[in-house]
Amino acid sequence: MEKQTALELKGISKYFGSVVANKNVNLSVFKNEILSLLGENGSGKTTLMNMISGIYFPDEGQIFIDGEEVIIRSPKDAFKYKIGMIHQHFKLVDVFSAAENVVLGIDDGEKYNIKQVNSRVREIAEKYGFEIDPQKKIHEMSVSEKQTVEIIKVLYRGADILILDEPTAVLTPQEIKKLFGVLRKMREDGKSIIIITHKLNEVMEISDRVAILRKGEYIGTVNTAETNEKQLTEMMVGKKVELKIERVKTDFDRPLLELRDLIIKKDDGSTAIDGVNFYIRGGEILGVAGVAGCGQKELCEAIAGLRKLESGFIMHKGESIVGLPPKEIIKKGIAMSFIPEDRLGMGLVPSFSITDNMMLKTYGEGKSPFVNRKSARERANGLIERLEIVTPSTETPVRRLSGGNVQKVLVGREIESSPNVIVTAYPVRGLDINSSYAIYDILNEQKKNGVGILFIGEDLDVMLALCDKIMVLCHGKNMGIVHAEKTTKEQLGLMMTGALDLNEQKKDKVFGKAKDSNLTEEQWSAAEERAEAEKEFKEKSDD
Amino acid sequence: MGVFVSFLSGAVRLGTTFLYGSTGETLTEKSGHLNLGIPGIMCFGALGGCIGVSMVGSVPVLTVLVAIIFSFCFAGLLGLLYSFLTVTLRCNQNVTGLTITTFGVGCTNHFISQVNTSSFSRASTHFTNLFTFHENLGWFGELFLSYGIMVYLAIAIAILASLFLTKTKKGLYLRAVGENPATADAAGISVTAYRYVATIIGSGIAGLGGLFYIMDYLTGSWEYTIDAMGWLSIALVIFTVWKPNFGILGSFLFGGLYILANYVAVSFAMMNILKMIPFFVTIVVLIVTSIVGKKETQPPASLGLNYFREER
Repeated sequence: MEKQTALELKGISKYFGSVVANKNVNLSVFKNEILSLLGENGSGKTTLMNMISGIYFPDEGQIFIDGEEVIIRSPKDAFKYKIGMIHQHFKLVDVFSAAENVVLGIDDGEKYNIKQVNSRVREIAEKYGFEIDPQKKIHEMSVSEKQTVEIIKVLYRGADILILDEPTAVLTPQEIKKLFGVLRKMREDGKSIIIITHKLNEVMEISDRVAILRKGEYIGTVNTAETNEKQLTEMMVGKKVELKIERVKTDFDRPLLELRDLIIKKDDGSTAIDGVNFYIRGGEILGVAGVAGCGQKELCEAIAGLRKLESGFIMHKGESIVGLPPKEIIKKGIAMSFIPEDRLGMGLVPSFSITDNMMLKTYGEGKSPFVNRKSARERANGLIERLEIVTPSTETPVRRLSGGNVQKVLVGREIESSPNVIVTAYPVRGLDINSSYAIYDILNEQKKNGVGILFIGEDLDVMLALCDKIMVLCHGKNMGIVHAEKTTKEQLGLMMTGALDLNEQKKDKVFGKAKDSNLTEEQWSAAEERAEAEKEFKEKSDD
Repeated sequence: MGVFVSFLSGAVRLGTTFLYGSTGETLTEKSGHLNLGIPGIMCFGALGGCIGVSMVGSVPVLTVLVAIIFSFCFAGLLGLLYSFLTVTLRCNQNVTGLTITTFGVGCTNHFISQVNTSSFSRASTHFTNLFTFHENLGWFGELFLSYGIMVYLAIAIAILASLFLTKTKKGLYLRAVGENPATADAAGISVTAYRYVATIIGSGIAGLGGLFYIMDYLTGSWEYTIDAMGWLSIALVIFTVWKPNFGILGSFLFGGLYILANYVAVSFAMMNILKMIPFFVTIVVLIVTSIVGKKETQPPASLGLNYFREER
């Protein structure tokens, strides 16, 4: 049977300022097909899909639907061409019922009759094997129920091309099975489905073909039947790039920060970190690799005392820091710098000057009720000189500096307080090569001074060159900790996507528990018992 | 009995001012716009209405009609300004709202001195007397039929607004815009259009409250107290948990609490404390609803937040 092309992209490019999100992407989807879109973080998968569904408008290139060129300027246009997208972050109104959400934005000229909508929602659900109560309010629903509503929403509009952005990220294995069943039924029904996912086993299971993006560029499309996980990983991460980042040799100290059995929840109540053990020694850089949203942010916040642990221990030099206020944790010498996607977010006040930002962590020192701007200014000047920060003066609002300089200020201030542990997430996010190297040098210098560094990063090449050890997270689970010198990019890629779990390979070994821990085994088990007792006590007092 | 009935009818009459204000503000807030410009907008509405009256004050029906149209348009104009600043220029909503209040109050106080108010007390009779037969019906007549046309209009608008929000597609879309503009946008609903239109119409309705206050409640004598009514209207929106049909009884309750001081013999200081009761009750409602934490009684989720699609 001749395959019919449902959607075709030719030479699509999209830029955000100087950042290239997509460059010259070509892609086609057939009818009766499930296509997987695979790529690392920031490889531009979601941006590309947003252009098809009308959220963004491409800067270059053409989109063809059923062989005809179309222009999609808004989500409304996308509906017109029967394209529906199920976003990673659900686009649902919480206080509305399922049916009310489904009917949003449909101008078919029909009278608003919610009963009719209810029954049509039930019809669609039956046809594809969903379970749903159309009158249930969204805020009373579980995550998988919400996803069902999202899918029904696009089906109700008669979508023929469905795009699912990481639909399995939030689901349990049973729910994933159900979802895949539904997707297969849709494929039989003549629909085209594009599914974005990081998990290779799911790619192999569900899709007919796989398209791969890397750093915004289209790499190629392969038939799932003719490929394997190894080839896909290679296409996804690319060949190893030699970087001239120095890995400073140091004598490792005893563990500074030991974390055991961590369980941390996200804001929405789902599990972010699931039973993770690891430790950082003085004079060591421990890298954390993982696809976006694998609990990195929650881990940082937990260490800095900004997020409550569900359970588990964080020991600093043998003393528990769980439950301490952030100020106490800073006093102990644990510094955190987190660079979020928008780069300014956590740590700096954009409209403050460098001087004022320097004071944010030291305002509590000294007895005088007035701020000591003079010493802060001196420190700011020192920082500018040492890190070669380009700024008109110490009094220029941080917001006006370029991204690289902002990050230097942030990382620099954390170092200024002479910490013994540095937690840094994405410190080179969006930086050019030179600024990145400046940051690596800062970190290496600290490492030489015996500081333990937790480096949460995106670029595997950098992590392989800079870190001593690398821990890989996949959906909140520790897939294993490997020596950077002894591992390969492919291995990391497989671990990140969940295809390789070192815990299963080496069952006798427990990752992330130091042999020369600051606490003896008896002390650890005593701490565990204490936590148990406290938990029980709390449960009892809750009743 | 007589005093009690006159107290109740007084409550309804003053409450109508709040009802206009709160219905207008509820419609606006349902779109996600926290319009703190309502006091200024009500002043402006009163100014517009008064200009209308001074132009055609001698013709009975025409006076009311022109005054209402003028009042609506003047107030709507400030609503347009608010929308332009917050939607198109993405200014902070709180700052914009307070600016509009200052602007509206100041402007009105200045321009009202240019308006010939001598014909107002005669013109106000066109507003206050709708039915003449209520005098024969005793307390029933006084309680239900003794009001001017704008009282009934306010109740009608509140009921219509309530039906619009709960029973129509456009109402559903408007609520979606206020709850989650990104979702509404992705569903193909024009957030910009809904916010503009809801704010302009809402402001227009609120402006009628100013006109009513001057022409009906104060029977044509100008007073510089309209903005106080505006703040109470905003409090009333919270009190009614964003439901215009609750607003009908809520506004009469507020009206009653506000004029209570005139009906009980208390000291001057006590009088002012009594006048604060509506605000106190609003705080209690805020506390209760936030403790109960039911999603249905919470303000629109994106109230006070501007929306810009490509922000990331």
